[in-house]
Amino acid sequence: MKSVMGGNALRIRGIAIICVAGLLAACGSSTSSNDSGTNTASAPGITATTITIGSTQPLTGRAAPGYSEISASSNAYFQYVNAHGGIFGRQITYTYYDDTYNPTMTASLTRKLILEDKVFALFSALGTPTHLAVVDYINSQKVPDLFVSSGCNCWNDVSNHPYTFGWQPDYTIEGKILGQYINQNLGGKKVGYFYQNDEFGLDGVKGLDAQLGASSVPDASRQNYVPTNTNVGPQIAALQASGAQVVVSFSIPAFTALALLGAAKVGYHPIWVVSNVGSDVTTLTGLLKSFSKGAAGVQLLGGMVTDAYLPLTGDTSNKWISLFKGIHDTYVSTLPWDGNVLYGMAQAYTLVQAIKAAGRNPTRASFVKALESTKLSGGPGLAPFGFSSSSHLGYLGVQVATIAADGTQSTAGPVYTSSDSGPISQYSGSASSPPANGIP
Amino acid sequence: MVAVRSRADRLVASTLRRHLLIALGAAVVLLLLSAQIGAYDDYNLTAVAIFAVAAAGLTLLTGLNGQLSLGHGALMAIGAYTTSLLLKDHRQLPVIVVLLISVVSAGVIGIAFGYAAARLRGPYLAGATLTLAVALPQVATRYKSIFGGESGLTVPPSAPPDWLGADFPPERWLAWIAVAAAVVTMLLLANLLRSAPGRAFKAVRDNEAAAALAGIDVARTQVLAFVISAACAGLAGALFAYWSGITSPAGFSLSLSLQLITAIVIGGLGSLAGAVWGSIVLVFVPLLTSGLASSVHLPSAVADNLPLAIYGGILVIAMLVAPHGIQGALRRILAIGRARREHTPGGGQKGVVDWDDPAPGT
Amino acid sequence: MSRFFVLSLTGLTQGAIYAAMALALVMIWRATKVINFAQAAMAMFTTYLALFAIDHGAPYWVGFLVALLSGLLLGAIIERVLVRPVESAPPLNVVILTLGLLLFLEALAPMAFGGQIRSFPPAFSIVGLHLGNSQVAFSPFDAFTLGAVLAVMVLLLVLFQKTNLGLRMRASAFNPEVSGLLGIRVGRMLTLGWALASLVGALAGVLIAPSLLLYPTFMDDVLVFGFTGAVIGGLDSAVGAVVGGLLMGFALSYVGGYFGSDLETVGALVILIAVLMVRPRGLFSLQRLRQV
Repeated sequence: MKSVMGGNALRIRGIAIICVAGLLAACGSSTSSNDSGTNTASAPGITATTITIGSTQPLTGRAAPGYSEISASSNAYFQYVNAHGGIFGRQITYTYYDDTYNPTMTASLTRKLILEDKVFALFSALGTPTHLAVVDYINSQKVPDLFVSSGCNCWNDVSNHPYTFGWQPDYTIEGKILGQYINQNLGGKKVGYFYQNDEFGLDGVKGLDAQLGASSVPDASRQNYVPTNTNVGPQIAALQASGAQVVVSFSIPAFTALALLGAAKVGYHPIWVVSNVGSDVTTLTGLLKSFSKGAAGVQLLGGMVTDAYLPLTGDTSNKWISLFKGIHDTYVSTLPWDGNVLYGMAQAYTLVQAIKAAGRNPTRASFVKALESTKLSGGPGLAPFGFSSSSHLGYLGVQVATIAADGTQSTAGPVYTSSDSGPISQYSGSASSPPANGIP
Repeated sequence: MVAVRSRADRLVASTLRRHLLIALGAAVVLLLLSAQIGAYDDYNLTAVAIFAVAAAGLTLLTGLNGQLSLGHGALMAIGAYTTSLLLKDHRQLPVIVVLLISVVSAGVIGIAFGYAAARLRGPYLAGATLTLAVALPQVATRYKSIFGGESGLTVPPSAPPDWLGADFPPERWLAWIAVAAAVVTMLLLANLLRSAPGRAFKAVRDNEAAAALAGIDVARTQVLAFVISAACAGLAGALFAYWSGITSPAGFSLSLSLQLITAIVIGGLGSLAGAVWGSIVLVFVPLLTSGLASSVHLPSAVADNLPLAIYGGILVIAMLVAPHGIQGALRRILAIGRARREHTPGGGQKGVVDWDDPAPGT
Repeated sequence: MSRFFVLSLTGLTQGAIYAAMALALVMIWRATKVINFAQAAMAMFTTYLALFAIDHGAPYWVGFLVALLSGLLLGAIIERVLVRPVESAPPLNVVILTLGLLLFLEALAPMAFGGQIRSFPPAFSIVGLHLGNSQVAFSPFDAFTLGAVLAVMVLLLVLFQKTNLGLRMRASAFNPEVSGLLGIRVGRMLTLGWALASLVGALAGVLIAPSLLLYPTFMDDVLVFGFTGAVIGGLDSAVGAVVGGLLMGFALSYVGGYFGSDLETVGALVILIAVLMVRPRGLFSLQRLRQV
């Protein structure tokens, strides 16, 4: 079955290339008037028939497991778009390099992308420490730096980094909304934190403290970990000793699993509230299922509280999910269908939206301007984007979700939006559905 | 080395002059080259120069003095953090001042490490330096307020001086600085190796007891080698900070230290030229294969890992087919050529045999 | 006090794994004077093979055996095919060769088995035992881990000290020329040394995989701390490796628990330097003159 699909995919790709030539002419007439005309090489990385974008990703090394799926999934969506004629008749070429999550390599490879490969824009570059290393350089080169794969609030800095745009909700917003949920639903319980000792965890804690009050969580209940040290036993023991009944975890999936297992080991069963990054159910289920012996398997997920800004991967009735799952099955069926794959595809969808919005022959500057002035629909996202001339925040909010003992997720309550310092407000917009052909 | 030494005997009086001429020639060629190539190639040329500085220092320590360091990345980190901290508060500090202070700070810390290292041999020194490479970045992670934590410290680029014109590419300016630093380092090291301390380094490597009998202070020689090597690493680290624009713990992981030791062995252990060859391999092999990762014709798990598999495979094969590294292979080729011309079979073979001497302590 | 107890138990189990890794490194060092950096990737690869078997329906113990046997085989093949040809090359070459092999295997594993983090089943429950009313941080699986490492150590000790084969292996490592003259097939003994060391490494892999989770670089830290343990103990001493490994386990656990997990490696460095400044060839070495 798989091999048949693979064969089809290749054939589709082959046909697509033939079709593009024919579509070039056809597309001109079908688009609106201000987009009409012929394709020109309007900017570096754009030719009459192609648009090239680039990225740096951890494909090998410590951060690779899981995250390496993102770029391949984005590429799968681009393949899909290309097979359907591309955008303005242009095929999307996606060049991404392995920076092994090492900022120095990010610096070097980003220069390769900009100076040698002459990409039109950076897209989905992954990681906070890695991307912080290059954000000044990218902006000095005036290259659009789109949808950084990190929830650090550092990407929303329009005056210093006018070319950089975030995408996922920033961790502080996420922390605030989770904090609000705890206040409303788990009030009176002792709260503890378990967080990664970098911007990811610290920004999240900032948001949590804003809601819960910094003094309500004593130091003994604030335990952090470094991703290079997988022994979290001491931290879990400390949380248990502090009597925390709710543990909020800003952790990557592996460390969520390690924390759950560590807690099961010592018979510690708090209510876990886990940020979106660390709560992908497919990944966690995979990580826990081997431990079913002795009451420490997938059932550990039961009762977990988390949040989401994209539809849930298991929600097969959702049109976005069936669209992306279909593309996954055709182009990257070797990857598991999980949150990382959804993330990569949704991000790619946003990019295609942006390319479309920028018109037929954009320059780098006009592209950024278009992204600031066009009100992009959130696409698959549950909350709207914050893009404007004064804000480069991506998705503005999240919806709280809970996980049952069998691993099924369900959303709880409305979508909330916020900003780093502003109040939390309920989002009244409704979910959108994808266009018929799956292309913006 | 013997091949070089036999020539050196004839030229010994003019060694300094010869080194100066070579250095000057290299500098001119590289300067002209840097003006011909694009900004990206300048950037890579800078990387080669930086790694050459670090690898040359390591060559002195490991190749010529026989102290195996698997933690030179940590010494580079000291130079890089010194640079970054200096520039954090004094953005306008001239490059040369920043570089010199970084060299001194790494050198001073090198004295402490050197004294510890002089007590250790072979794998024990390897273990200690390896642990250093693993531990030191964690200090930067721990003390966030000073060292910037996981995200590190950003380093402002060194702007080209006004007289070069407003359009002068900053990459070329940095390439000039790095190449100049590399040439000066090589010149100083090459002369040092021809002088009394240099001979003492090798004597200690070859036989400590004999060296001591000959009146060489073994421990002091080893500390000196370590300090000089650390200073080189500090210079490389400082340049590295300018080059990457960021100084962060992940940039100085164990893999950087292991890359440096790889460079000097792949290039040809014990020769400064080998350090340069190794640095070229270190910079360009990964770049040449990096494009394979985004291939859509392979399953992503294969494409993602192919560059790393190739790199690892190259190391294994290189050790099997070219045990004396690139410089060793070149010498062999040159020696065969010379032997043919002069009808003296094996004219340069002695040099090769010399390489077979086991490094001490192992 | 209870905190100290928890940290001690964690340290003990972790230390057993470091001890196994240290032992694997020491065995190879004694046989061929090589620091085998590839040991991390070899153990990782054999653990993946075990998981592959288990995924395809094999019971846990079959997977366990697959790991050990493939470890034995992998060690033998690597010694025979890759290490033997560079035996006479400068010693640093073997270091680079094993580093290359480490990177190669770490790239090969995700190609063959997928790039996701995987969980590896434990042989027994990982839920802590009940001691009176409280649950302690020591599970049946931890007990198995300790027991397995201990059993392997005893078996190796018996092999090396009490059997003829062990005597021949020790002789081959100690003086290959003389051993060859005495009719010992030195090459075969060295291959066997690598194979057994690799088996111990594979054991460490399957034992630690449940608590670290399985991914291509999952054994790298175990290698670093195992190596540190081996150096502390003295590279020529099997007993030293075990003691050094256990010491690392306890030390890292206490440092992590009392000073923060980000300082564990710094703690390892301080301890290592402290030991080496007093005993430059490790705790259990004979303080003899360095051979030149």
